[in-house]
Amino acid sequence: MSEVKYSKEHEWIKLEGDVATIGITKHATEMLGDIVFAELPEKGSSVEKDGTAGVVESTKAASDVYTPVSGEIVDTNQAIVDDPSKINQDPENSAWFFKLKIKDPSEMDTLMNKDDYDKFAKETSA
Amino acid sequence: METKKTSLYQLHKDSNAKFVEFAGYEMPIQYSEGIVEEHKFTRNHSGIFDVSHMGQLFIYGGEDLIKDLEKIFPLDLKNLKLNHSKYSFLMDKDAGIHDDLIITKIDEGFLIILNAACKDNDFKILKELLNEKHKMVLDVNRSLIAIQGPKSSLILNEIVDGVKNLNFMSGNWFLFENQKVYITRSGYTGEDGFEISIPNNFADKLTRVLINKGSKLVGLGARDTLRLEAGLCLYGHDLDKDKTPVEANLKWAISKERISKGDFIGSDIIIKQLTDGVSKIRVGIKPEGRIIAREKTKIFNQSDVLIGEITSGTFGPSVNGPVAMGYVENEFSKKNTKVFLEVRGKKHAASICSLPFYKKSYVKGANQ
Repeated sequence: MSEVKYSKEHEWIKLEGDVATIGITKHATEMLGDIVFAELPEKGSSVEKDGTAGVVESTKAASDVYTPVSGEIVDTNQAIVDDPSKINQDPENSAWFFKLKIKDPSEMDTLMNKDDYDKFAKETSA
Repeated sequence: METKKTSLYQLHKDSNAKFVEFAGYEMPIQYSEGIVEEHKFTRNHSGIFDVSHMGQLFIYGGEDLIKDLEKIFPLDLKNLKLNHSKYSFLMDKDAGIHDDLIITKIDEGFLIILNAACKDNDFKILKELLNEKHKMVLDVNRSLIAIQGPKSSLILNEIVDGVKNLNFMSGNWFLFENQKVYITRSGYTGEDGFEISIPNNFADKLTRVLINKGSKLVGLGARDTLRLEAGLCLYGHDLDKDKTPVEANLKWAISKERISKGDFIGSDIIIKQLTDGVSKIRVGIKPEGRIIAREKTKIFNQSDVLIGEITSGTFGPSVNGPVAMGYVENEFSKKNTKVFLEVRGKKHAASICSLPFYKKSYVKGANQ
């Protein structure tokens, strides 16, 4: 099983071969509260590292979802669009957002591992 | 300026509240279960809201006070029965709304419940308008606790016997722990419920007893989704100084008797608008998909012409979809008119709808 990495924008990313699965972290969902809307990028579209690649909305506010790496969107998770509450229930597993074919694997090196992310999340929410 | 805390602050903390600053107060936006659960619990059971940040203004006086207040509020206060409440507004001379409020006739005069963000300014305006003729107290020694939802009457009546006999929009003095509490059957959720004015020292105790009886604390987040589903206005968003009660589609709250005389502040504009019509009006807006159109979202007609703006928009947990209200040009205000909402650069179909989004009947008869 490949290592999961994390971004400062609270996305997680799991790389398998040259396809990365991306979602938002449990910490992010706790900050957002009940998620009631999700918008995903279009299949086939290209996204750039740190660019917008979707939106989630809670009852309170809308937040952009960013992609931690560049690439071409190869799949999106319709299940979370149909029932956004799934994101609160299982954010780091079945409620993934999109999969992309990664353009530059070295971009993965700029991201945090789990320990660093947990520390970062704790510090920024304090 | 340091944020103020209500008498329930410790209880909120003990209940894992997430706090936000609201109108200078540190208030709970939600507790551990979250806005959607709190919202549904209120609709199905009973929710408790700390609304102690709101102003409780007592104005003391008799016949003279009634006459003076009728110059200010578009209400038939002369014929308002003891312990009965009315929804109204404090307006400027152009009928722009300074605040919306609930005024109740009590033995010694009137009790007016004001919005937290407006209360100090309202006090100043009223003091000036009343020429300091009547004693006015913006009471900081009392808390205001709302209990809302279908089980609330049963729960509160176990503690304060007799409240179940109150009719909607009426109140009375009761005793809790030998303290005088003023309870009205009213609220801001579209549910049956009560608002309890209680001395600060006893607010925490009362609330803990209500929780023990099965009610749950609900934060400002769910208060907003509940009131929006119920089609109720939020001051500073759906109402402000640039909007009149007629434009806000609240003409039902203006006494017909008083309009015929036209001798209250703003009456010239109100009468003119009732006669000639208005150019913009508040409507309900239902987006077709799941997209949420929030405050300041622009509204377009089918020819892509800007016709208005959303003033409140969120996800309605009981409607299970997005809900909004806003102001549109009058000719596009008819129910089922198709409009488009611009969200993140894209236009999304929506239609004008009647309010409320969620309807339940308030208690009109007693003994329920």
